[in-house]
Order: sequence, then C-alpha cells, then structure tokens
Amino acid sequence: MTETSDLSPRQQRLRRVSTSEVGMHTLPEAVPPAGSDDEARYGMAGDARGQLATVARRFIHSPMAVIGLCIFFGLAVAAILTEMFWTYSYTSITNTLNAPPSLAHPMGTNSIGGDVFAQAMHGTLQDIEIALVVAVLATFIGATVGAIAGFYRGGTDTALMRFVDLILVIPVLAILIVLAHIVAKQASNWLWLAIIIGAVSWTYVARLVRADFLSLRERDFVEASRALGASNRRIIVRHMLPNALGPIIVNATITVALSIVLESTLSYIGLGIQPPNVSLGLLVDQGQDSATTEWWLFVFPVVILVVLILSIFFIGDGLREALDPKKNRVRA
Amino acid sequence: MLAYILRRLVISIFVLFLATILVFLLVAESGDPLALLRANPKIPHRVILARENLLHLNDPLYERYWIWFSHAIHGDFGNTVAGQAVRPQLVSHLLVTLRMVILATLISIVLALAVGVYAALRQGKVADHVATVTNFLFLAAPVFVVGLLLKEFVAIPINEHLNRIVFYTNGEQSPTLSGSFFSRLPDYAAHTALPTITLILVSYSSWAIYQRASILETLDSDHVRLARSKGISPRRVLMRHVFRNALIPVTTVIALDFAAILGGALITEIVFGWQGLGIWFLNGVNGLDINITLAYLLVTATFVILFNLLADIIYAFLDPRIRYD
Repeated sequence: MTETSDLSPRQQRLRRVSTSEVGMHTLPEAVPPAGSDDEARYGMAGDARGQLATVARRFIHSPMAVIGLCIFFGLAVAAILTEMFWTYSYTSITNTLNAPPSLAHPMGTNSIGGDVFAQAMHGTLQDIEIALVVAVLATFIGATVGAIAGFYRGGTDTALMRFVDLILVIPVLAILIVLAHIVAKQASNWLWLAIIIGAVSWTYVARLVRADFLSLRERDFVEASRALGASNRRIIVRHMLPNALGPIIVNATITVALSIVLESTLSYIGLGIQPPNVSLGLLVDQGQDSATTEWWLFVFPVVILVVLILSIFFIGDGLREALDPKKNRVRA
Repeated sequence: MLAYILRRLVISIFVLFLATILVFLLVAESGDPLALLRANPKIPHRVILARENLLHLNDPLYERYWIWFSHAIHGDFGNTVAGQAVRPQLVSHLLVTLRMVILATLISIVLALAVGVYAALRQGKVADHVATVTNFLFLAAPVFVVGLLLKEFVAIPINEHLNRIVFYTNGEQSPTLSGSFFSRLPDYAAHTALPTITLILVSYSSWAIYQRASILETLDSDHVRLARSKGISPRRVLMRHVFRNALIPVTTVIALDFAAILGGALITEIVFGWQGLGIWFLNGVNGLDINITLAYLLVTATFVILFNLLADIIYAFLDPRIRYD
C-alpha cells in the first residue's frame, strides 16, 4: 500500500537525497532523519510538512506580508459578516437619498437610497469570489499546459507555446472585451466572468512551469523514478510538480490580484458585473460622476479596491521571499 | 542574429494569422451586426440588402474570412458596419493613441530605471521604503482608478484654483482647433498631459520593482565582488558591471508588457474621452463589427511583435554572450 516500501533501502536513499537536493527549498529542516516513519509512509509529503513550517516562519517575519494577510482576511471576514448581519443588503433601497456617511449609513447612500456600505462589502465579496475562481482555474490550466509542454518537449511543446504566444501578442483586455461581449449575451452570471478571465490568465503560469520542467526533467531523481518504472503521469504529478510548487503558489497569489484588476476594469467599462449585482469596479463607475460632490460614492469603493489588491500583492511578495531558496544563504 | 530574428518574425506572423481566424469566428458567431438597422422600419429594404452585400454577410464563413484576408494583406481592411472604409478611421485613431503611448512608454522606461536603481542603491533606507510602497501602490491601482483620481482630485482642483484650464480632462484636442502645427501644440499638450501621466504611473511601477530586485541581485554577484576587490572605483563598477547586467532581465519584462500598455491606453482613452484606437475598438466590438475588431487586433499585435523584436536586439547589445543561433 505504501508507495516507497517496495523499494530497496538504496533506492529509498537515492530518492530521498535527490528530492531534498532538487527542491527550491534546500533547507536543513526539510530533510527528515533517514529512515524515519514519516519518510517511509509519505515519501515527499514528509519533506513538504517540514518545508511548510519553514516557509510559514519566514513569511510571518516579513511585516508587509503579515499586514497584507491581515487586511485581506479582515476585508473578507468583514464582507461576509456584513452580508449576514448588516441592516441593509446591497439591493435594499431606503428613503434616505444621497446622504453623506453617518452612523446609520457608514458610507452614505446613493441617489436612489442604496446603502453604499452594504454595496461595497458585497462588491468586495464578489471580487474575491471571482478572483479565487480565476486563480484556481488559471493555475490549473497553466500548470497542466506548462507541465505537458516542458515534459514532452518537441511538437507538443511548440504547439502549446505558440498558443500561449497567441494570447501574449494581443492586449489581454482586448481579448476579454471580445469574450465578455459574447458571453454577456448568454449569461450575466459572475461565474462566466470568472471563467473568461481565467481563460486568458493562465499563460504566465504555463511559461513558468514549462521553464521549471525543462530543467527538472534532466535531474537525476526523474531519471531514477523512470528507471524504477514510474509512468510519465506519475513522474509529472508526484515528482516534478511538487518541485515546481513554490513559483506556482506565488503566481497564483499574483493572479488573484490581477484578476481583481481585470474584473473591476471590465465592470468599469460595462462589460463585467451587471446591475443589480455589484462589484467594486461597477461602484467606481457609478460613483465617478459625483466624485467631488457626493465623494462617498466614489472614494470608499476606490479605497477598498486599491487596498484589497495591494494586500494581495504584499501576500504574494512575502510568499515569494519566503519560498526563495537563495534567501537562505543571503543575509538573514 | 538575422536568422534568429527572421525566424521569430515568421513564427509571430503565423501566430497572428491564427489569432485573426479565432477572433473572426468569435465575432462572426456572436450575432447579426445589422440587427439595429433591420429593427428600424424607416430603413428601406434595399439599403439593408446593399449593406449585406458590402459586408458579404450572406457568404459562408470561410469565404468571408478569405475575402477579408486577401484584402488585408494588401492593406485594405474592408468596410465598417456603418459602410465606411476601415483604413482611414484606423489611421486617424491610431495617430491619436500614439500621441500618448509613445511618450508614456519612453518616460515610463526612464522613470522605472531611475527609481529602481535609486531604491536599490538606498536599500533599507527611508527612500527605498517610500519608493517601494509607491511602486506597489501604483501596481495595485487599476488604470481607471489612477486616471479618475488624477482627473477629479488633481486636474480639476488645479484648474479651479488657477481659474484657467491647465489640464483638459476630456478629449484629445479642442474641437474647434485650427491653425499651424506650432500654434496647436499648447492645446495638444494640455490635453495629452493627464492621460500620459496616468499611463506612465501604471506602467513604470512593476518595471521599477523588477529593476530594483535585478540591481540588488547583480550587486550581490561574484563578478561584482571581484570587480570591487580588484580596486575598480565604485562608480565604474556601477556603470560598467552592475547596470549593464541588471538591464538584461528588465528588458524582457518591458517588452512583454508592451501589450499591457496598449491595454492600459484603451482604458485611459475611455477615462479621458479620447477618440483613440481603444474606444474605436470597443465601439467596434459592441457593434459586432468584425473588420474594426480585426484591424485593431492586427495593429496592436504588430506593435507588440515589433517591440519584442526590438527587445531581442537590445538584448544582444547588452549581453555579448547572447548569440541567436
């Protein structure tokens, strides 16, 4: 049942040494004691747990990353709580029109009496939902395409990378405008929006994973697993992908931030989230004409939008530093 | 090197060809561009028939693509849904967009390199932190947010304060503009300033972050340490050994980002009401106008490809080890 138990001790050692050498995480803690139970039972998973702790420790030592994480989860939790407990929902219409911020309406009301606080929080939640779906989708497609291209090389690689080039030579926004226009006719559902943004956001991950795979496939541990009779699929999924995981995770975080940018931009030009649903970009669009008179309609969505995106960039930057193997030997 | 560039060019053109087919199918399948015309009872039937003929709407898809393709390679991009020739419109809108894009790209590159180098050399000091936070702020702010903030909270207050218009916030030039080129120049400048600044701010930030990291990495490398220990003056080490090497990775990033600049220009045009390529394209897509959509795609993609080639050439100059063969 265990996957490594049928290997001879020598083979086990071979595999252990190679997996701990190749990773981007060449950390002392990452190598479990030889022959430990963990190692035999979980193979690489044993390494990964030690690495996770190290990465987490380094991450919390970066102040910006921690602030980013707190703000992001703070906003997400606030948005969920608002959705559940706040007096008004984003669709409510009250009798107070164009009121500046007050206790009853912390972010004021708009020209038809909607509560801006409820709308902004719903918009935040909507943006986060879309961004997470995009990140999962883009990372999955990108990692798969990149892994296949880098592993098989040759004609497969060329064909896949030409397709990536195709998306790179046209401004992403232009592709999205065409797609959004066509999809919007079918459904104005936010999930569709997430799918089309995901469909154009995977190219960077693909290039990244491909480059990693091109060098990983020449490593001894891949050779070793092949000699042991592992299938291509198993080599890719169990041996190579875990070694490329660091950059993939960092990139997924950045994709979350960038997809919020893309979504809000599309919503701003009227091709994204459609009323009565709201997103931050849509709120900025609706508030822009009264930016100096009813400033609360414009300023609050703008600030939340920028802070939200900024917090995710900080998380991504912190993760990159924490996962960077070179950081280990340079100044602590 | 020439062979390499030619090969890249051929591949790019092939990719572009595929892109046009894809976009053609997407737009053609998404609806009837003459729906609005047909819904209007005042339009006589023969006008619609004539328009259908002009746009080849009744031909099979592959034939329509072939008609477009065979004309496009001769520089004829067909007619718009409204029945006018695409090319003159394309040229006039392109010129408007280029006014902002060329200037913005050049200034962004200079600014990014300056800020990146400065922050790296002041690593850990206040100036570095200020620069880094500012860079991240502009990286995080979407184009339309930067544009709107500049418009509402910088340009309009300045104009009101000085009681005259310093920055125009709408349009690429005054509608009644006439006279010689030099007499028109101040008007152009007052219209172009804000959109260009917007585009600069959103473009430079990621490059500056990258340039800073790149300089820091080069400063930490063995060859720089060697150069220093040989006793070469710090200034010379910086100019000859650090900058040159640190410029190599950032060149790629800038070249790859050029498509994003054109995308940013699209949003900037919408914010500032410029009759540029972006708005033209957006209206084209909204009107299911295949010829406008494809013309925009061809022009932007050509610019991106040329820019990437330029980066490859600069690359070879910066790093003599790079041989394209």
